[in-house]
Amino acid sequence: MLRLENLEKSFGPSRALAGLSLEVGPGELFAFLGPNGAGKTTTIRILNGLSRLDRGRASIGGVDIAADPLAAKRLCGLVAQHNNLDGDLTVWENLDIHGRLYGLGRRERARRSREHLEYVEMADRSASLVKTLSGGLKRRLMIARALMHGPRLLFLDEPTVGLDPAIRRRIWALVKRICQDGVTVFLTTHYIEEAEFLAGRVGFINEGRLVASGRPREVMDALGQWAVDVFAPDGHRTLFFAGREEAVGFIQAQGGAGSVRRVNLEDAFLSLTGRRVS
Amino acid sequence: MRALAAVFLREMLILRRRLARQVLAMSVSPLLYVLTFGLALGGSVAVDGRSYLEFLIPGLAAMSSMTQAFAMAGEINVARFYLHVFEEFQAAPIPRLSYVLGEALAGVTRALVSIAIVLALGFLFGVRLSYGLAFWGALALNSLAFASLAVALAMLVRSHADQALLNNFIITPMAFLGGTFFPLESLPGPARAALSLLPLSHASRAARAGAFGLDPGAAPYLYLGLAAAAFMLLAIWAVARARD
Repeated sequence: MLRLENLEKSFGPSRALAGLSLEVGPGELFAFLGPNGAGKTTTIRILNGLSRLDRGRASIGGVDIAADPLAAKRLCGLVAQHNNLDGDLTVWENLDIHGRLYGLGRRERARRSREHLEYVEMADRSASLVKTLSGGLKRRLMIARALMHGPRLLFLDEPTVGLDPAIRRRIWALVKRICQDGVTVFLTTHYIEEAEFLAGRVGFINEGRLVASGRPREVMDALGQWAVDVFAPDGHRTLFFAGREEAVGFIQAQGGAGSVRRVNLEDAFLSLTGRRVS
Repeated sequence: MRALAAVFLREMLILRRRLARQVLAMSVSPLLYVLTFGLALGGSVAVDGRSYLEFLIPGLAAMSSMTQAFAMAGEINVARFYLHVFEEFQAAPIPRLSYVLGEALAGVTRALVSIAIVLALGFLFGVRLSYGLAFWGALALNSLAFASLAVALAMLVRSHADQALLNNFIITPMAFLGGTFFPLESLPGPARAALSLLPLSHASRAARAGAFGLDPGAAPYLYLGLAAAAFMLLAIWAVARARD
């Protein structure tokens, strides 16, 4: 569904993408993980026509984004990191304008607007001005809007940033459902638990390059199943163990200093790059 | 066509919600010009055998059409830099021409509202002129030219502050030098020739001739049409450049 080959992008002297290559298969929920400034949003902006690509090749559903950008855009839906809804328009008007931009006829726009508002549980808010909605409702409306034209690939750029934990979980449930309904999802996040909960496959990006990818369990198991955090005067260290008994045994041997927990994606990222995701 | 309609409709929905405020805001400057220049200063002045207020109203309509059409740049800037709504258009599978035309036609609509306000003010102060096709044609082309220029410059600026500079250096001088307040024919040759390059000079001259029942000739319409086409091409190019 998505194929990136050696993408390069610079902003002046700063290199945002330095030969990024990856593939996402149809129906996958792929989480693109990396710290701020790693190149996640730049990748999404390029794929959606918001930024120019310096070098490399990208195709969506087999359509080259440089050769036929309009055809590629028709296959995509985008939920940006920041709110880009029209606050002065109603919920319904935002969806209607989006439908027009994607060439949907009047009846089709009305039908899909109703369906998608029900899908995101906002049917009762269609006449509300967007500026009166809460952050969580705005984010759900952005997802409904991105789905209006029936994209095959949905880009979600940090979809839960700034939302409280309860709303975050509602968005996660919605994202899971979208993927179960057959839409390929490309999600960027720096929330580790979000990627662990949602993703079928993760990719780590650091300094504009993909440093690792695979199923979350596989990526984590490469380190071990259990981690021990040791807080020493010279700093914090994390050690990895195949079994819990081994980890507990290590702590006992150290005189009880340290704590045991399951290995997470943050550990994997840290061990690969020396940087934290979040 | 649907994409063009979507861009235009969005602007119209916003304009409709703010119409009362917009009409009030659009009325302030023309009212002040009518009171200060038209009545107070120009009360005892005649131009080509007509009262100064009669001379002023068509020029003021041309000037208002320019400023309100160009005000689209501010709207687009807000949508681009603050609301990020412009991203929705960038990500949509629409030709650049649809976006430019949609925004430019929205600018023309705003300009037409402002012209109606100026004419209503003129009527209120006893000005009775003939506002036929020659008058409206000149101002519609003038509006299209400046709305297209607005789209182009809104795409080229890097921040909202830059937009204010463009108003200061382009629109304000043109408003005072484009034949709104005085006949360009009263200026010495080189100054007249230089100011005749301004699209607003052609719009004022044609609108005034039309309102006075005279034949403006084809030249001002051709000049304004060419300016509108050139600015539109510039806008289409600038939209592509707006990607970072």
